[in-house]
Amino acid sequence: MLNPHATDAKAEGAPVPRPTSVDLAADFRDSGVAEVLAQLDRELVGLKPVKQRIRETAALLLVDRARQKLGLTQDTPTLHMSFTGNPGTGKTTVALRMADLLYRLGYVRKGHLVSVTRDDLVGQYIGHTAPKTKEVLKKAMGGVLFIDEAYYLYRPDNERDYGQEAIEILLQVMENQRDDLVVILAGYADRMDRFFASNPGFRSRIAHHIDFPDYEDEELLSIAGKMLDQQSYHLSDEARSVLMDYIRLRRTQPHFANARSIRNALDRARLRQANRLFDTAKGPVSVDALSTIEAEDIRASRVFAGGLNIVEGL
Amino acid sequence: MRITQGCFSFLPDLTDEQITAQIEYCLNNSWAIGVEYTDDPHPRNTYWTMWGNPMFDLRDAAGVMLEVRACRKAFPDHYIRINAFDSTRGFETVRMSFIVNRPKVEPTFAITRTEVRGRTVNITMTVVK
Repeated sequence: MLNPHATDAKAEGAPVPRPTSVDLAADFRDSGVAEVLAQLDRELVGLKPVKQRIRETAALLLVDRARQKLGLTQDTPTLHMSFTGNPGTGKTTVALRMADLLYRLGYVRKGHLVSVTRDDLVGQYIGHTAPKTKEVLKKAMGGVLFIDEAYYLYRPDNERDYGQEAIEILLQVMENQRDDLVVILAGYADRMDRFFASNPGFRSRIAHHIDFPDYEDEELLSIAGKMLDQQSYHLSDEARSVLMDYIRLRRTQPHFANARSIRNALDRARLRQANRLFDTAKGPVSVDALSTIEAEDIRASRVFAGGLNIVEGL
Repeated sequence: MRITQGCFSFLPDLTDEQITAQIEYCLNNSWAIGVEYTDDPHPRNTYWTMWGNPMFDLRDAAGVMLEVRACRKAFPDHYIRINAFDSTRGFETVRMSFIVNRPKVEPTFAITRTEVRGRTVNITMTVVK
C-alpha cells in the first residue's frame, strides 16, 4: 500500500524555486508530441487543415504548460473540442490521436478514449438518464470522452426528451471537472451548427472547433492502398484505374461516406475475388493470385451499373 | 470512540488527495471499487449499505471521488468506506478497505457480561450513540 503520508512530506518540504526560463524545444522533444504528430502524418492521408489545427493546438498547449511552470497562469485551459465533418473523414481516428497527444502533454492523466453515442448517455425512462450519463462520465475520467453524432442528444421536436437531462449533466462536468476529462463532440457540420445554436452552453464551453474536409479522389485511392496493404492484398494496375473510376462514380451517388465507403467497397471486392478464385482455380493457387485484386472484382460492383437503388453499402 | 476498522484507521483521517492516491493504487492493481456506508459501526456488522454498484471499469480515481463526494453529501454523519475487490483467481475477495468519512461524534460501545452455566461469561457489545 502507498504510504498515506507521502504527500504530506512533499507538501512540508521547502518550496521548489520556480524556473525563470523554459526550453520549449526540449519540452517538445521530451513530451513525445513530435512522435504523435509524425504518426498522424504517416497514418492519415490528406486532412491537411486538420493536421494543421492539431499542430497549432499542440503548440498552444505546450506553451501553456511552459507558462504554468513559470507561474504565469494557474488555470487549466479549456480543452473541449468539436469535430465536424462528413461520415468517414477520420474523426474517430483523430480523436484517438488527440487523446494520446493530450496524455503526452499531461493534460489528461490516463489518455484513454471512451467513444459513445446518444444510446449510451440517454435513458429510456424517467430517472434512468442521470445514472447512465454519470456512469459513462466516470468511465471517461482521466481520459477523453468522444460523443459521436452529438446532435442527437438534443431533440427539439420532443420537449420531454431525456436528452436534455444528459446535456445538463455533461455541461456541468465539462465546466467543473476540466482537469479530469476532455469532451470531444463530433457530427455533421450543418447539424452540429444547429445543435450549438440551440445549446449555447456548449458553444461557449468548447474552445477548439475542427472541421474535417472530404477526401479528394486521389487521397481515397491511397487510403484504399493502405487498407489493402494492412491485409496483405494489392491491386493490379488495371484494378487501380478501375477503382479510381469507382471512386469518382461512387461520390455522386447517395450515402457516400468517404473512407468508410472505400472500406466497404474493398470488402466486397475481396468477396468477389474469393468467389472468382473458387470458380476458376484448377489446381494449386499461387500466393500472388491469393493477394491480388483484379479489375473484374471491382468492376462487378453495382456502382458501375448506374448506382444503388436500395440502401446498400453505406 | 474512534472506530478502527480497515486500513489506516489508526492514522489521522486521510485527506482527499491521499484518498485519491490510494484509489489510484487500487485501480493500478485492477481492483473493482465499491463505496459503502452505514450508521452502525458494530464490528459484527460486516454488511454495509452499497452506494451504487461497484465500479469495475474505471481508469481514474476521479470517477470514484465523484461517488465518494455524492455519498458524503447524502450521508454526512455516516461512516463511509471504500472497498477494493480483487477478482484474481485465488483471491476473489476484498483486498483493501478503508474509511473515508466518519460522523462528527462517534458512538461508543457498551459491554454487557452475562454469567451462564459453569461460570462461563457471554459478552455482548452494543453501540451507544
